[in-house]
Amino acid sequence: MNFATGTLRIGARAADLKTIAYRLAAALAICVVLTAASDVFLTTNNLLNVLRQASLLFLLASGLTLVILTAGLDLSVGANIGMSACIAASVIKLTGSAVLGAMTGVGIGLTIGLANGVLVALMRMPPFIATYGMLWVVHGVTYWFMAGTTIYGFPPGFRALGSGHFLGVPIPVYLMFVFLALGTFFAQRTTYGQEIYAIGANREAARLSGVPIAKRLILVYAVSGAMAGLASLVFLARMNSAEGDIGEAFTLPAIAAALIGGTSLFGGVGTVSGTLVGALILTLVLNGMNLLTIDASWQPLVTGVIVLLAVFFDTLTRKGEA
Amino acid sequence: MNTSVPLLELRGISKQFPGVKALDDVSFAVYPGEVHMLVGENGAGKSSLMKVLCGAYRADEGEFFHCGEKVEIRSPADARKLGIAVIFQEFSLVPYLSIAQNIFLGREFSGRFPGTVDHARMHAEAKKLLDLLGLDVSTKTLVHELGVAQQQMVEIAKALSQQARILVMDEPTAALSDRETERLFTMIRQLQADGVAIVYISHRMAEVFSMGDRITVLRDGRKVASLLPGEATPDELVHLMVGRSVDRSYARTFCKTAGEMILEVKDLSSANGVKGINLTVRSGEIVGLSGLVGAGRSEVARAIFGADRVTAGEIRLHAAPHRGGPDKAVAAGIALIPESRKAEGLALIRSVCDNLMLPGLPLAFPNRLYKTSKARQIAGALIDRLRISTPSALRPVRLLSGGNQQKVVIGKWLGSGSRLFIIDEPTRGIDVGAKAEIFALIDQLVQQGAGVLMISSELSEIVQVCDRSYVMRDGRIAGHLSREQLSEESILKMGVHHE
Repeated sequence: MNFATGTLRIGARAADLKTIAYRLAAALAICVVLTAASDVFLTTNNLLNVLRQASLLFLLASGLTLVILTAGLDLSVGANIGMSACIAASVIKLTGSAVLGAMTGVGIGLTIGLANGVLVALMRMPPFIATYGMLWVVHGVTYWFMAGTTIYGFPPGFRALGSGHFLGVPIPVYLMFVFLALGTFFAQRTTYGQEIYAIGANREAARLSGVPIAKRLILVYAVSGAMAGLASLVFLARMNSAEGDIGEAFTLPAIAAALIGGTSLFGGVGTVSGTLVGALILTLVLNGMNLLTIDASWQPLVTGVIVLLAVFFDTLTRKGEA
Repeated sequence: MNTSVPLLELRGISKQFPGVKALDDVSFAVYPGEVHMLVGENGAGKSSLMKVLCGAYRADEGEFFHCGEKVEIRSPADARKLGIAVIFQEFSLVPYLSIAQNIFLGREFSGRFPGTVDHARMHAEAKKLLDLLGLDVSTKTLVHELGVAQQQMVEIAKALSQQARILVMDEPTAALSDRETERLFTMIRQLQADGVAIVYISHRMAEVFSMGDRITVLRDGRKVASLLPGEATPDELVHLMVGRSVDRSYARTFCKTAGEMILEVKDLSSANGVKGINLTVRSGEIVGLSGLVGAGRSEVARAIFGADRVTAGEIRLHAAPHRGGPDKAVAAGIALIPESRKAEGLALIRSVCDNLMLPGLPLAFPNRLYKTSKARQIAGALIDRLRISTPSALRPVRLLSGGNQQKVVIGKWLGSGSRLFIIDEPTRGIDVGAKAEIFALIDQLVQQGAGVLMISSELSEIVQVCDRSYVMRDGRIAGHLSREQLSEESILKMGVHHE
């Protein structure tokens, strides 16, 4: 028998690989269709543009994926982007230091994430409720802080984070691959990752196996918050201006990217790389609609259909295994 | 009091489950106005019989007669039509609805307009029922505000509102205080006087003899006796409940001299109803924790492991005080193999390897870096050692058989450095072959110097496997039995109520 050699691959990880392969195939199919339909699609400029847009979505959704793996949810990521960006912006304006501003942005994001973690893990609130409440609180504080003003015009060194290039490739794309590697390493190659999957698969069994549930939950919400803080910097650098309501449009697309990527809201199933493919699929479709000059008002409908299709597909394939 | 025709009669009822005959040719009759006591040890077939009565199980063989006429009970609806109602230990009430709404749930009186409810009539009808039962509470009270005894009354009122003539009650006094019990008995006598027949499952000898008009004893799915209260003493009844030849299939060499103290529990109480527990487990011994279902055995295990909050007392591990949640317990070398492997033991969607590795992760990977190849190797070795039958270590554990799943639940602790194993119902729902393997494994553990605290509802297992045993009753340790004193009868005598 080949237990240890792993020649038989009928396992959970093989299922993950299959999930991702199907999605990559779907992404390729979309590319083929768009290449045929539009002259502009298969140009270096456009493809880099797609990657840059996907990178922001992925940075936000990668941390969120870890939360969803524990059968949790973080609805406050969009509000988090708003607050982190606005406070980072004013620190840069006040001190003139991009580094200090960036550290503040990630720090604010991390703090919001820690607060979510405490509400969920220590005060035992349902994640939906805790982070939904946090969404409003963070929005409220940001609006009060900004009082309707706009902060704009940042040093070029900072702006490079969002709109700069290295070897012709946008900087955020490098960030995307760095965090893909970090996220995948954390989820698959550390015992923390193993415990996070176990919590999502059966929280009580994980608890009775000695997994410190509260610590791990606080960790994933903190990571999700810090990633929102980082995403806010990329967004701020790209937009070169900050207002109280930036970020509001990001929460639902980030959840969509994770779901399209095969992460289950019931927890215990999904991968960070799947979320990257999910972000790519979503961005490709929206990019294609732009190129084909389809009215932007159709975008929510199309996003919804893709999410439903992806989840329906998973339900079908997972039923087959059961 | 008895008329000659039984209200309900069962003849030759059998029910087979894979690997076990739950009911074997059981005949049983209940007359109007009679309280018929049903007794037997855990797994004797009381619950199965109750489920056949209420239509939850379909009997494989046998006939039913209602007032002398042959009838069929194939579904809960059939049972309801015959006026059979069951009051389970776990109530089926909706906590945030009122008493009246609960009583008439799904059968509301329609009001003047279609889709509306005639609340006035509903409350009036509910009031009549509560008056009948002597429950002096407003029908508008929400059920979650009621005590256990009152909720039970509401269940009974609900049954009566459905014209129930045969009430089946599963250990109705288990959660009641003495005063509430007295009130329940008054009510039962009243229902008796109205001609309602009552099938009453109980472990308490005192009420079996004081309330019962007739006693039926089940053992291993068969009816072994049906007698009147005057025909037997409580001790004779216990003997009837046990009296089987002991099966010696898991013979082991018992521990002659136990090693050093591993676990010492002093006056332990928990938020979950465990009171003043004192017990010890030494290296090399298997200590039983027996008693009837609901006596608080699993709760003791959970309190020691830190899964339930400890309210008083002390736990010492290897002579050092221990306190904290399951993560602290695991780090201190305690393993808990929980009662329900699917709900508490396994991450079903994850692989055999992932499940086997979980508690031992900090030990196998002290620097926190998880190596797939090393995990496969460790899991592969465990799979071989435990002879877990799976085509691959990567197979989701939900696809394994019950016996193999149980081996995974035990196996995952073998790599966690545990010295104390608390095993709750090690053989529930698995076949005989896997049982023998699991006991061999437990024996191996103690040979290697571990201590085992074993909970089992199967008294024969405790008698055959344990070096000694504590017996629990009502959340307390009722007594201790040495190897020489251990027998099913001695456990049962200690575990049931005599007062």
